[in-house]
Order: sequence, then structure tokens, then C-alpha cells
Amino acid sequence: MTELMNEYGWTLLLIVLQALAIIVPLLTCVALLTYMERKVMGAMQLRQGPQTVGPFGLLQAVADGVKLFSKEIVIPSRAHGPVFILAPMLTLFLSLVAWAVIPVNEGWAIANINVGILYLFAVSSVGVYGVLMAGWASNSRYAFLGGMRSAAQMVSYEVSMGLVIVCVLLCVGTLNLTEIVMVERTWWMNALLFPMFIVFLISILAETNRAPFDLPEGESELSGGFMVEYSGMAFALFFLGEYANMILMSAMAVILFMGGWNVPFGLEGDIINAVPGVIWFGLKTFSILFFFIWTRASLPRYRYDQLMRLGWKIFLPFTLIWVVVISGTLLYLDAFPK
Amino acid sequence: MNSGEFLSEYFPILVFIAIAAGISIAMIVGSWISGIRRPDREKLTPYECGFDAFTDARHKFDVRFYLVAILFIIFDLEIAFLFPWAVSLGETGVFAFWSMMVFLGVLTIGFIYEWKKGALDWE
Repeated sequence: MTELMNEYGWTLLLIVLQALAIIVPLLTCVALLTYMERKVMGAMQLRQGPQTVGPFGLLQAVADGVKLFSKEIVIPSRAHGPVFILAPMLTLFLSLVAWAVIPVNEGWAIANINVGILYLFAVSSVGVYGVLMAGWASNSRYAFLGGMRSAAQMVSYEVSMGLVIVCVLLCVGTLNLTEIVMVERTWWMNALLFPMFIVFLISILAETNRAPFDLPEGESELSGGFMVEYSGMAFALFFLGEYANMILMSAMAVILFMGGWNVPFGLEGDIINAVPGVIWFGLKTFSILFFFIWTRASLPRYRYDQLMRLGWKIFLPFTLIWVVVISGTLLYLDAFPK
Repeated sequence: MNSGEFLSEYFPILVFIAIAAGISIAMIVGSWISGIRRPDREKLTPYECGFDAFTDARHKFDVRFYLVAILFIIFDLEIAFLFPWAVSLGETGVFAFWSMMVFLGVLTIGFIYEWKKGALDWE
């Protein structure tokens, strides 16, 4: 037994520390993101945003967390109790689990597996269960309708997201996330992938149920959607899961299209080269998160039929044709990644 | 690569899964223990803008939600099929390209049929 501990104990401890080194900054980023969202939206609407708790209101997220933690978790009498409680736990769990394969710097992934992108795609697909379970278990009309809508919306946009990922895979020829960042792309590859980048950005808005696609929780018609019956920490877990998912999707966009931890725009110089890659990774991720907040502040909500039309009748044919265009071009020029 | 090395690549994911599950459970359980609970009838009825709920909320729903789910399965399977094709197209070349084009062609015919039948319309 002691031999076993000596052999595996230290490895296990190392992995646990590595995992915490990802999860703790991630949860801090979630707190920062909620603060950033309120502050940026405030600035865009000529308001102040949070400013009372701590310097510049920086501790607002902590105050909110403490408040939600001490609140009552109400389980409605008609709800299916176990599923009702399991749904928010599953949502947060899945948004954390996906981070096991994300490389935030060269070699800085907890598990640098060969099928990283497939793992990410699989984990983000399971995310829809949290929403469906919450909608069904609540036994409330608003929650049920919100859950149905949200599930249909998430699976619709996942199809176009998958085809966008296939386009990138054609250009890089690997499923390993670290290698996807490392493989050199020619200028015409980047030009061909640019429309896919736009489609991906819009799809991740729909996938994470964010404005202008926030119909599942459209306050004016569904008063909170699948989360309507949740309170206290159960609600907070949904909230954390949604924001961790936003960060995850942004990180995916950075890895697939924006060169990961590499210095952006081919900048040179002693100071720039001295900045560690993880800083660039964070800056790029937060620039996409800024785009998330920007669209929320400036665009009105879509109608549900418009949302489904965009997903199935515009994005799906367009991305499907683009897969053919990119693979055809690569074949014609014989420019496959070696 | 032998099976031991192969598995050791996935071991960190297993640990990560355990930690993530632990955090999710700890948050709910911690709040459940520390929070005050004073349930009453009004608090425990489903939210219906002030009305009492008439019936069970799990009623019939629009068949189009079901159709979307079916369509999703077809297209998601196709994408799962495209992943290995996309990665290995460099080695498999022209033959693999045209095989996939035939497959996508068949799929597109089905897609056009769905479209014309109005399965994608939400009015």
C-alpha cells in the first residue's frame, strides 16, 4: 500500500494541484466577468454600474455570491426533487469538466489528449441535458416551455458549430488542441476561414443562450425560462455554469481561429516577447467576452422563428457548402497539412 | 504507444471530473446546510403570475421540437462522420473527397425534402 502511495500519490497530488490551478482562476474569471458585464453595460448605457462594494465595486461579485449562498433553496412541492437539484449541478459540472483539455499556453493543458476537440464537442453537447432536466423537473409552464425552446435552440446551433469545426480541422489536419494552435496556416486559409469565424461567433451566442438569442429566459414572455423556479445556490450554479460556458466558448474561438497563446498581429519586440503566452490567451478570450457583452447592450432580442430560420436555413447550408469549398480548394492546391 | 501510456493520458481527466463533481456537490450541500428554510404553501407552488396552477405542467408540446431533435441527430451523426474524414483527407486524397461528396449529396437531397415539406418552418 505504501509503495503504491509513493508511486502514484505524488502524481495524483500533482494532477489535483494542476486541476485547481485551472479551476480557481476560472471561477475568479467568472466573478470578474459578471462584474465586467455590469460595468461595460453601464458605460454603454451612460450609467455607473456597481460601485458601492469594495474599490470601484470590484467586490460586488463576492457580495452577490455570499448572499446567494445564504439564501434558501426552494424546491417546489410538485417538482421532481432529485432531478430538480441535479440539473444545476450537472450544468456547472459540465462547464468545468471541459477545461481539462484546454491548453492556455504551450504545453499547459492538464490532459493533452489526441482527440481534444472531439472531447470538447462531446462535453458541450451534453450541456443540453441540464437545461432539459431543469425544465421538466420544475413542473411549471414557464420552465417547461423555456427548457424545450432552449434545448431546440442549443442543438440547432450545435450543428453549424460542428461544421465550422470541421472546416478548421481540414486546414490543420489534427484533433489535438495544442497542435491546432501550432500548425502554420497560409494567408488564403485564414481568408477562407474568416466567414466561418463570424458564423462561429454568432453560433456561440446562441449556444450559450446569450442576447440577442436569449429567448429561453426572455423576461417579457417566459419570465426566466427554465430557471424560473430556482433560487439561492441552485440558481447560482446555473449562473456560474452559463458564465463558465461563455468563457469556454470564447477560449474555443481563440484556439480555433485566433492563434491561441501566440502574439497577435505578428507583433515584435523585447517587451512583447517577454509577456507569457497565457496573458495573450486571456486577453484574446476577454476580447471575445467583450463582444458578448457588446451585442447584449446593442441588439434587440430575436423572434423564435427568426432564430430557427437563421440556424437551419442560413447557417447550415452555408457551412455545409463551405466544407466542400475548403476541402475542394485544399485538394486542388494539394496544400494539406503534413 | 502501449495501453498503459494511452490510459495515463486520460487519467488527469478522471481526476478533473472528480474535482468538478466535488465542487458542484459541495456548493449545493454547503448552502443546503447553512441556509435557513421556511417553506410555506405559496412559496412551494409553481410560479404562474399569481394564479394557482390548474393542471400538471408537463402537457402536450409542439411536435416541431421533436422534429428538430430528429434532424439534429441526423446532422450531428454526419458531423461525427466528417471529423475523421477531415483529419485524414491529406492521406486519403481524391477518392475520399468524392466519396464524401456523394454522401453529402444524398444528405442534401434529404435536407431539401425536409425544407420543402416545411419541417424547418416556425411561424
